[in-house]
Amino acid sequence: MAPLLNVGATAPDFALSDQAGTTVTLAALRGKPAVIAFYPADWSPVCGDQMALYNEVLPLFGELGAQMFGISVDSRWCHGAFAENRRLRFRLLADFEPKGAMARQYGAYRDEDGTSERALFVLDEAGLIRWSYLSPIEINPGADGILATLESMQSEKSA
Amino acid sequence: MSRGHNELTTPVSANDHAQGPGDAAVTLVEYGDYECSYCGMAYPIVKRVHARLGKQLRFVFRNFPLAEAHPHATAAAELAESAALQGRFWEMHDVLYEHQSALGPADLERHAKKVGLDLDTLEAALRGGGPHKRVQADFMSGVRSGVNGTPTFFINGQRFDGDWRDEEILTAALGARG
Repeated sequence: MAPLLNVGATAPDFALSDQAGTTVTLAALRGKPAVIAFYPADWSPVCGDQMALYNEVLPLFGELGAQMFGISVDSRWCHGAFAENRRLRFRLLADFEPKGAMARQYGAYRDEDGTSERALFVLDEAGLIRWSYLSPIEINPGADGILATLESMQSEKSA
Repeated sequence: MSRGHNELTTPVSANDHAQGPGDAAVTLVEYGDYECSYCGMAYPIVKRVHARLGKQLRFVFRNFPLAEAHPHATAAAELAESAALQGRFWEMHDVLYEHQSALGPADLERHAKKVGLDLDTLEAALRGGGPHKRVQADFMSGVRSGVNGTPTFFINGQRFDGDWRDEEILTAALGARG
Protein backbone atom coordinates (compact mmCIF):
# COMPACT_ATOMS: atom_id res chain seq x y z
CA MET A 1 0.00 0.00 0.00
CA ALA A 2 1.15 3.54 -0.73
CA PRO A 3 1.85 5.48 2.46
CA LEU A 4 -0.73 7.81 3.89
CA LEU A 5 -0.64 11.29 2.38
CA ASN A 6 1.38 13.52 4.63
CA VAL A 7 1.04 16.88 6.25
CA GLY A 8 1.66 19.69 3.78
CA ALA A 9 0.40 17.76 0.74
CA THR A 10 -2.48 19.16 -1.27
CA ALA A 11 -5.48 16.92 -0.79
CA PRO A 12 -6.41 15.18 -4.05
CA ASP A 13 -9.78 16.20 -5.42
CA PHE A 14 -12.68 13.79 -5.36
CA ALA A 15 -16.34 13.67 -6.33
CA LEU A 16 -18.34 11.18 -4.30
CA SER A 17 -21.98 10.70 -3.45
CA ASP A 18 -23.19 11.09 0.12
CA GLN A 19 -25.99 8.99 1.60
CA ALA A 20 -28.61 11.34 0.16
CA GLY A 21 -27.21 11.07 -3.36
CA THR A 22 -25.66 14.54 -3.33
CA THR A 23 -22.21 14.72 -4.90
CA VAL A 24 -19.52 16.16 -2.65
CA THR A 25 -16.32 17.49 -4.20
CA LEU A 26 -13.18 18.72 -2.51
CA ALA A 27 -13.41 21.93 -4.54
CA ALA A 28 -16.80 22.65 -2.97
CA LEU A 29 -15.33 22.27 0.52
CA ARG A 30 -12.74 25.02 0.02
CA GLY A 31 -13.10 27.94 2.37
CA LYS A 32 -13.72 25.83 5.47
CA PRO A 33 -11.61 23.22 7.23
CA ALA A 34 -12.72 19.64 6.61
CA VAL A 35 -12.35 16.49 8.68
CA ILE A 36 -12.24 13.32 6.60
CA ALA A 37 -12.43 10.02 8.45
CA PHE A 38 -11.81 6.84 6.47
CA TYR A 39 -13.16 3.72 8.14
CA PRO A 40 -13.24 0.10 6.98
CA ALA A 41 -16.95 -0.45 6.47
CA ASP A 42 -20.45 0.40 7.64
CA TRP A 43 -21.69 -1.97 10.38
CA SER A 44 -18.29 -3.41 11.22
CA PRO A 45 -17.25 -3.41 14.86
CA VAL A 46 -15.55 -0.28 16.22
CA CYS A 47 -16.58 1.92 13.26
CA GLY A 48 -20.00 2.20 14.78
CA ASP A 49 -18.41 3.57 17.91
CA GLN A 50 -16.08 5.80 15.96
CA MET A 51 -18.91 7.38 14.00
CA ALA A 52 -21.03 7.58 17.18
CA LEU A 53 -18.23 9.53 18.83
CA TYR A 54 -17.95 11.99 15.93
CA ASN A 55 -21.71 12.38 16.08
CA GLU A 56 -21.38 13.60 19.67
CA VAL A 57 -18.39 15.82 19.03
CA LEU A 58 -19.93 17.30 15.87
CA PRO A 59 -21.11 20.53 17.53
CA LEU A 60 -17.54 21.18 18.64
CA PHE A 61 -16.17 20.58 15.15
CA GLY A 62 -18.84 23.02 13.99
CA GLU A 63 -17.74 25.68 16.47
CA LEU A 64 -14.25 25.35 15.05
CA GLY A 65 -15.69 25.96 11.59
CA ALA A 66 -15.06 22.44 10.30
CA GLN A 67 -17.17 20.13 8.17
CA MET A 68 -17.12 16.41 8.97
CA PHE A 69 -17.21 13.49 6.53
CA GLY A 70 -17.01 9.77 7.07
CA ILE A 71 -15.90 7.67 4.10
CA SER A 72 -15.82 3.98 3.29
CA VAL A 73 -16.14 1.74 0.24
CA ASP A 74 -19.84 1.13 0.94
CA SER A 75 -22.55 2.35 -1.45
CA ARG A 76 -24.73 5.38 -0.75
CA TRP A 77 -27.65 3.04 0.00
CA CYS A 78 -25.69 1.18 2.61
CA HIS A 79 -24.49 4.49 4.07
CA GLY A 80 -28.10 5.68 4.16
CA ALA A 81 -29.24 2.69 6.19
CA PHE A 82 -26.22 2.89 8.48
CA ALA A 83 -26.58 6.63 9.07
CA GLU A 84 -30.28 6.27 9.79
CA ASN A 85 -29.78 3.36 12.16
CA ARG A 86 -27.04 5.20 14.09
CA ARG A 87 -28.74 8.58 13.78
CA LEU A 88 -25.62 10.11 12.30
CA ARG A 89 -25.90 13.82 11.67
CA PHE A 90 -23.02 14.13 9.25
CA ARG A 91 -22.41 12.97 5.71
CA LEU A 92 -20.94 9.64 4.70
CA LEU A 93 -19.20 9.47 1.34
CA ALA A 94 -19.45 6.40 -0.87
CA ASP A 95 -16.01 5.48 -2.22
CA PHE A 96 -17.82 2.81 -4.19
CA GLU A 97 -17.22 3.16 -7.95
CA PRO A 98 -14.48 2.74 -8.88
CA LYS A 99 -14.13 1.02 -5.56
CA GLY A 100 -11.79 2.67 -3.11
CA ALA A 101 -10.50 5.23 -5.64
CA MET A 102 -10.35 8.02 -3.08
CA ALA A 103 -8.84 5.79 -0.42
CA ARG A 104 -6.10 4.81 -2.89
CA GLN A 105 -5.35 8.46 -3.66
CA TYR A 106 -5.01 9.22 0.04
CA GLY A 107 -2.92 6.14 0.76
CA ALA A 108 -5.67 4.64 2.87
CA TYR A 109 -6.75 1.59 0.83
CA ARG A 110 -6.30 -1.92 2.18
CA ASP A 111 -5.50 -4.30 -0.68
CA GLU A 112 -5.59 -7.27 1.65
CA ASP A 113 -9.29 -7.02 2.36
CA GLY A 114 -10.65 -4.43 -0.04
CA THR A 115 -11.65 -1.89 2.59
CA SER A 116 -10.07 1.32 3.77
CA GLU A 117 -7.84 1.97 6.71
CA ARG A 118 -8.97 3.77 9.81
CA ALA A 119 -7.27 7.00 8.75
CA LEU A 120 -7.98 10.61 9.62
CA PHE A 121 -7.23 13.75 7.67
CA VAL A 122 -7.75 17.37 8.63
CA LEU A 123 -7.70 19.75 5.67
CA ASP A 124 -7.48 23.50 5.94
CA GLU A 125 -9.66 25.92 3.99
CA ALA A 126 -7.21 25.87 1.07
CA GLY A 127 -7.32 22.08 0.83
CA LEU A 128 -3.90 21.43 2.35
CA ILE A 129 -3.51 18.44 4.63
CA ARG A 130 -2.74 19.78 8.09
CA TRP A 131 -2.85 16.51 10.01
CA SER A 132 -3.12 12.87 9.14
CA TYR A 133 -3.23 9.81 11.33
CA LEU A 134 -3.29 6.11 10.62
CA SER A 135 -4.85 4.16 13.46
CA PRO A 136 -4.41 0.45 14.10
CA ILE A 137 -7.41 -1.07 12.32
CA GLU A 138 -8.98 -2.42 15.50
CA ILE A 139 -8.63 0.81 17.46
CA ASN A 140 -10.99 3.74 17.23
CA PRO A 141 -8.69 6.78 16.94
CA GLY A 142 -10.92 9.09 18.95
CA ALA A 143 -11.34 12.81 18.34
CA ASP A 144 -8.54 14.42 20.35
CA GLY A 145 -6.05 14.73 17.49
CA ILE A 146 -8.69 16.26 15.23
CA LEU A 147 -9.68 18.81 17.86
CA ALA A 148 -6.11 19.76 18.65
CA THR A 149 -5.41 20.37 14.95
CA LEU A 150 -8.56 22.41 14.37
CA GLU A 151 -7.81 24.50 17.44
CA SER A 152 -4.23 25.22 16.42
CA MET A 153 -5.45 26.19 12.94
CA GLN A 154 -7.92 28.58 14.50
CA SER A 155 -5.36 30.14 16.81
CA GLU A 156 -2.99 30.66 13.84
CA LYS A 157 -5.73 32.52 12.07
CA SER A 158 -6.48 34.80 14.97
CA ALA A 159 -2.78 35.38 15.68
CA MET B 1 1.89 12.55 15.34
CA SER B 2 1.10 11.58 18.90
CA ARG B 3 1.35 14.82 20.89
CA GLY B 4 0.35 13.27 24.18
CA HIS B 5 -2.16 11.06 22.41
CA ASN B 6 -4.30 8.90 24.66
CA GLU B 7 -3.24 10.40 27.93
CA LEU B 8 -5.64 11.70 30.51
CA THR B 9 -5.65 15.47 30.06
CA THR B 10 -7.65 16.18 33.22
CA PRO B 11 -5.80 14.59 36.14
CA VAL B 12 -7.76 12.84 38.85
CA SER B 13 -8.59 15.31 41.61
CA ALA B 14 -10.73 15.70 44.70
CA ASN B 15 -13.49 16.72 42.35
CA ASP B 16 -13.72 13.16 40.99
CA HIS B 17 -15.87 10.31 42.23
CA ALA B 18 -13.34 7.82 43.54
CA GLN B 19 -13.41 4.52 45.38
CA GLY B 20 -10.21 3.49 47.12
CA PRO B 21 -7.38 5.37 48.79
CA GLY B 22 -5.99 8.58 47.30
CA ASP B 23 -2.48 7.19 47.67
CA ALA B 24 -3.27 3.89 45.95
CA ALA B 25 -0.49 2.60 43.70
CA VAL B 26 -2.81 2.40 40.70
CA THR B 27 -5.67 4.57 39.58
CA LEU B 28 -8.18 3.20 37.10
CA VAL B 29 -10.38 5.81 35.45
CA GLU B 30 -13.45 4.71 33.51
CA TYR B 31 -15.30 6.94 31.08
CA GLY B 32 -18.70 5.32 30.92
CA ASP B 33 -22.30 5.60 29.78
CA TYR B 34 -25.11 4.20 31.94
CA GLU B 35 -27.08 2.94 28.97
CA CYS B 36 -24.16 1.32 27.15
CA SER B 37 -24.31 -2.45 27.30
CA TYR B 38 -20.51 -2.79 27.23
CA CYS B 39 -20.29 -0.53 30.27
CA GLY B 40 -22.89 -2.78 31.88
CA MET B 41 -20.61 -5.70 31.09
CA ALA B 42 -17.62 -3.87 32.58
CA TYR B 43 -19.43 -3.00 35.82
CA PRO B 44 -19.13 -6.38 37.61
CA ILE B 45 -15.67 -6.96 36.14
CA VAL B 46 -14.35 -3.73 37.67
CA LYS B 47 -15.97 -4.66 40.98
CA ARG B 48 -14.29 -8.07 40.99
CA VAL B 49 -10.92 -6.68 39.98
CA HIS B 50 -11.21 -4.02 42.66
CA ALA B 51 -11.99 -6.66 45.27
CA ARG B 52 -8.89 -8.59 44.20
CA LEU B 53 -6.54 -5.62 44.26
CA GLY B 54 -8.01 -4.02 47.37
CA LYS B 55 -6.23 -0.92 48.63
CA GLN B 56 -3.72 -1.00 45.80
CA LEU B 57 -6.44 0.37 43.53
CA ARG B 58 -8.40 3.58 43.30
CA PHE B 59 -11.32 3.53 40.86
CA VAL B 60 -12.66 6.75 39.34
CA PHE B 61 -15.79 7.07 37.22
CA ARG B 62 -16.39 9.88 34.73
CA ASN B 63 -19.39 10.40 32.47
CA PHE B 64 -19.29 9.84 28.74
CA PRO B 65 -22.91 9.57 27.58
CA LEU B 66 -23.27 8.86 23.86
CA ALA B 67 -26.55 10.70 23.75
CA GLU B 68 -27.38 10.12 20.10
CA ALA B 69 -27.01 6.38 20.46
CA HIS B 70 -28.45 6.14 23.96
CA PRO B 71 -31.43 8.42 24.57
CA HIS B 72 -31.54 7.85 28.36
CA ALA B 73 -27.82 8.07 29.02
CA THR B 74 -27.58 11.80 29.71
CA ALA B 75 -30.50 11.88 32.14
CA ALA B 76 -29.06 8.88 33.98
CA ALA B 77 -25.64 10.55 34.21
CA GLU B 78 -27.19 13.78 35.51
CA LEU B 79 -29.14 11.80 38.10
CA ALA B 80 -25.92 10.18 39.34
CA GLU B 81 -24.27 13.61 39.54
CA SER B 82 -27.26 14.95 41.45
CA ALA B 83 -27.03 11.99 43.81
CA ALA B 84 -23.39 12.95 44.36
CA LEU B 85 -24.54 16.30 45.70
CA GLN B 86 -26.40 14.33 48.37
CA GLY B 87 -23.42 12.08 49.04
CA ARG B 88 -24.91 9.09 47.21
CA PHE B 89 -22.99 8.91 43.96
CA TRP B 90 -21.82 5.31 44.17
CA GLU B 91 -25.16 4.00 45.41
CA MET B 92 -26.82 5.60 42.40
CA HIS B 93 -24.07 4.48 40.04
CA ASP B 94 -24.59 0.89 41.14
CA VAL B 95 -28.38 1.03 40.91
CA LEU B 96 -28.19 2.46 37.38
CA TYR B 97 -25.82 -0.25 36.17
CA GLU B 98 -27.91 -2.92 37.82
CA HIS B 99 -31.05 -1.65 36.06
CA GLN B 100 -29.77 -0.72 32.62
CA SER B 101 -32.99 -1.68 30.90
CA ALA B 102 -35.02 0.64 33.15
CA LEU B 103 -33.70 4.15 32.60
CA GLY B 104 -36.84 6.02 31.49
CA PRO B 105 -38.05 9.07 33.45
CA ALA B 106 -40.36 7.06 35.75
CA ASP B 107 -37.61 4.50 36.34
CA LEU B 108 -35.11 7.20 37.28
CA GLU B 109 -37.53 8.64 39.82
CA ARG B 110 -37.99 5.19 41.31
CA HIS B 111 -34.22 4.72 41.51
CA ALA B 112 -33.83 8.12 43.18
CA LYS B 113 -36.32 7.10 45.85
CA LYS B 114 -34.69 3.73 46.30
CA VAL B 115 -31.31 5.37 46.89
CA GLY B 116 -32.98 7.67 49.41
CA LEU B 117 -32.51 10.98 47.66
CA ASP B 118 -34.46 14.00 48.75
CA LEU B 119 -36.55 14.57 45.64
CA ASP B 120 -37.02 18.33 46.12
CA THR B 121 -33.28 18.83 46.48
CA LEU B 122 -32.77 16.61 43.44
CA GLU B 123 -35.22 18.63 41.34
CA ALA B 124 -33.58 21.88 42.37
CA ALA B 125 -30.13 20.57 41.51
CA LEU B 126 -31.23 19.39 38.09
CA ARG B 127 -33.00 22.69 37.39
CA GLY B 128 -29.92 24.62 38.47
CA GLY B 129 -27.93 22.93 35.70
CA GLY B 130 -24.92 21.92 37.82
CA PRO B 131 -25.19 18.19 37.06
CA HIS B 132 -25.65 18.97 33.37
CA LYS B 133 -22.48 21.06 33.32
CA ARG B 134 -20.58 18.40 35.21
CA VAL B 135 -21.56 15.69 32.72
CA GLN B 136 -20.59 17.91 29.78
CA ALA B 137 -17.25 18.73 31.37
CA ASP B 138 -16.55 15.04 31.91
CA PHE B 139 -17.46 14.34 28.32
CA MET B 140 -15.13 17.01 26.99
CA SER B 141 -12.25 15.92 29.20
CA GLY B 142 -12.78 12.43 27.79
CA VAL B 143 -12.78 13.59 24.18
CA ARG B 144 -9.55 15.49 24.75
CA SER B 145 -7.95 12.49 26.40
CA GLY B 146 -8.68 10.20 23.47
CA VAL B 147 -11.78 8.44 24.78
CA ASN B 148 -12.95 6.53 21.74
CA GLY B 149 -16.06 4.75 22.86
CA THR B 150 -17.53 3.39 26.04
CA PRO B 151 -16.20 2.19 28.28
CA THR B 152 -12.71 3.66 27.89
CA PHE B 153 -10.26 2.98 30.69
CA PHE B 154 -7.13 4.85 31.73
CA ILE B 155 -4.56 3.22 33.97
CA ASN B 156 -2.41 5.77 35.79
CA GLY B 157 -3.32 8.31 33.14
CA GLN B 158 -2.61 6.19 30.06
CA ARG B 159 -5.40 4.84 27.86
CA PHE B 160 -5.75 1.09 28.18
CA ASP B 161 -6.44 -0.50 24.80
CA GLY B 162 -6.26 -4.09 26.03
CA ASP B 163 -9.24 -6.38 26.41
CA TRP B 164 -10.89 -5.34 29.68
CA ARG B 165 -13.56 -8.01 29.19
CA ASP B 166 -10.95 -10.51 30.32
CA GLU B 167 -10.70 -10.03 34.07
CA GLU B 168 -7.23 -11.59 34.14
CA ILE B 169 -5.88 -9.21 31.51
CA LEU B 170 -7.30 -6.17 33.31
CA THR B 171 -6.02 -7.37 36.69
CA ALA B 172 -2.58 -8.03 35.25
CA ALA B 173 -2.45 -4.62 33.56
CA LEU B 174 -3.37 -2.93 36.83
CA GLY B 175 -1.06 -5.11 38.90
CA ALA B 176 1.86 -4.35 36.59
CA ARG B 177 1.59 -0.64 37.41
CA GLY B 178 1.24 -1.20 41.12
